[in-house]
Amino acid sequence: MSRPAPEPVQVVKQRRDAALEALVGHVPYFQFLGLRFDRRGDELTAILPYDDKLIGNPALPAIHGGVTAAFLEATAVIGLAWSVLWEDLESGRMDPAAVAAGALPRMPKTIDFTVDYLRTGLPRDAYARARVTRSGRRYASVRAEAWQDNRARPIAEATGHFRMPEPAECGA
Amino acid sequence: MTDISREDFARAFTERLPHARAIGLVVEEIAEGRARAWIPYDPRLVGDPETGVMAGGTVFTLLDTTCGAAVVGHPLSGGVTATLDLRLDYMRAATPGQRIRARAECYHVTRSVAFVRALALDDDEETPVAAASGAFTFTPRAEQEAEA
Repeated sequence: MSRPAPEPVQVVKQRRDAALEALVGHVPYFQFLGLRFDRRGDELTAILPYDDKLIGNPALPAIHGGVTAAFLEATAVIGLAWSVLWEDLESGRMDPAAVAAGALPRMPKTIDFTVDYLRTGLPRDAYARARVTRSGRRYASVRAEAWQDNRARPIAEATGHFRMPEPAECGA
Repeated sequence: MTDISREDFARAFTERLPHARAIGLVVEEIAEGRARAWIPYDPRLVGDPETGVMAGGTVFTLLDTTCGAAVVGHPLSGGVTATLDLRLDYMRAATPGQRIRARAECYHVTRSVAFVRALALDDDEETPVAAASGAFTFTPRAEQEAEA
């Protein structure tokens, strides 16, 4: 039994990073917030670097609750889209070159999103991760959690439902 | 709130919030546990470049701010509030190019918690863009005066 030689690590990394960039790089609102994603294998960590314009309450000061919610929602929707894209990419169902060129499936649509505010968002960088708790053909449930200095002390957690794009809705 | 007009109070509320200013959010009115606000259409805030629809996060920010404004405008509130939780139902995509308006009301208030609901609308007022409901904590008016 001979198996094909494993791909060089740079090739694998380049393919995955290009796919992630295609997913998040073209969204104006993410650029406005300064949002970016750190990838370790298939695990994504969203990073929101601190900026004065994210402040909601200057007296505390605290990050605006809407920013925290937007951060968690972006983490959830990208986490969900990424989990689907990852499967398609790694199984060879999608062509990596086409994905890098922008031939992405449509994004999942948020049906509802609930945020629990646990602690004040301090004026410093924030991080978030999402977990897809159910991924069906038409609907998905996703949880997301955001923290700052201390991973064990989340500032907010969220749960949301998303409608999956129809297969026919694939972008050009 | 007795010595300044409702319009001045609403303007002061917006001006105190850097992120509200950053997205062009305008609080129009704060009165008796109700508030109205809007955000202009802004290409920088688009979440779906294919359709030009503004990101859901901007609608969340608009509704959270409008709810907070309704709480600080409540007669029992000392003017400080924090969101405990907020749920948004996204009914449809906001139409690109149109501003999104929100109105919020405290429908029940306990000694330190306000239950608030809000709607977001664009030019088609028949079908809301989103609905929100949540719980907000606040410092009661009397307590704040006692501390001062």
